[in-house]
Amino acid sequence: MIPIEYYLWLSAVLFTIGVMGVLYRRNAIIIFMCIELMLNAVNLVMVAFSNYLNDSSGQVFVFFIMAVAAAEVAVGLAILVVMYRNTKTTDIDILNQLKW
Amino acid sequence: MLSNNRKNSVITNNYSAVTLNLFYFLSFLAVLSALLVVFSKNPVHSVLYLIITFFSIGGHYLLLNAEFLFVVHIIVYAGAIMVLFLYVIMLLNLNKETEPHKSNLLKVAATICGGLFLIILVGSLKGAESMIQVQNSNIGYVKNLGMVLFNEFMLPFEISSVLLLAAMVGAVMLGKSEKPGVNN
Repeated sequence: MIPIEYYLWLSAVLFTIGVMGVLYRRNAIIIFMCIELMLNAVNLVMVAFSNYLNDSSGQVFVFFIMAVAAAEVAVGLAILVVMYRNTKTTDIDILNQLKW
Repeated sequence: MLSNNRKNSVITNNYSAVTLNLFYFLSFLAVLSALLVVFSKNPVHSVLYLIITFFSIGGHYLLLNAEFLFVVHIIVYAGAIMVLFLYVIMLLNLNKETEPHKSNLLKVAATICGGLFLIILVGSLKGAESMIQVQNSNIGYVKNLGMVLFNEFMLPFEISSVLLLAAMVGAVMLGKSEKPGVNN
């Protein structure tokens, strides 16, 4: 049987790759993908704990996280398309008008 | 339970060895393709690698006896979200040439920050109590999960439908052209 630590380490690695991607890239779409990666890392930990503790609440929470992720991607990509229409680029460094 | 398993039979041992090998394979695939998402130059390739990552995470769900979540995960991520990403990338005509890049100093800094974050995460897991997986768990089946979802989590379930409706309306509102009568 697989110890729970393995799942925790795997999720930690995936979450770190997501964080690193957000810091590493400038394309807003790739940053979105890295956010999805982080959400999935957390989902994996939730499912693992729900199985190991024999409690189904964790899996229901993952279901809700998926709903929120879908909504987030739909609105986020719509914002990105509007941003591209105005600036003709998806580079996040261009978006500094709100910087004080 | 673990010691009982070992005594039980060779078949159980073989089964758990196969499970462990599957776990290693899926983990390797997930981490490798997640790294390729970050490091590939072409955004379309990034999306395709992200699909591989999602499928291998789905495989982990199957290993954890969460069949319902496996199906939902494949439908929502590989079916809906990835298609949305691909459409937007092709709509905006992004490719290798238009890809902006950070300076090398910032890239090195980002990698160091990621490494330090990983050290913190793994360090915080050190000394955690070990748990044993429940054998033949059936909480991930559609029937049991549906019972929990429609009894305990009835209100959040309904509210999430409102959230999805709001997201849909918001996406349509944002995507609409600002000037009336102009379709661009």
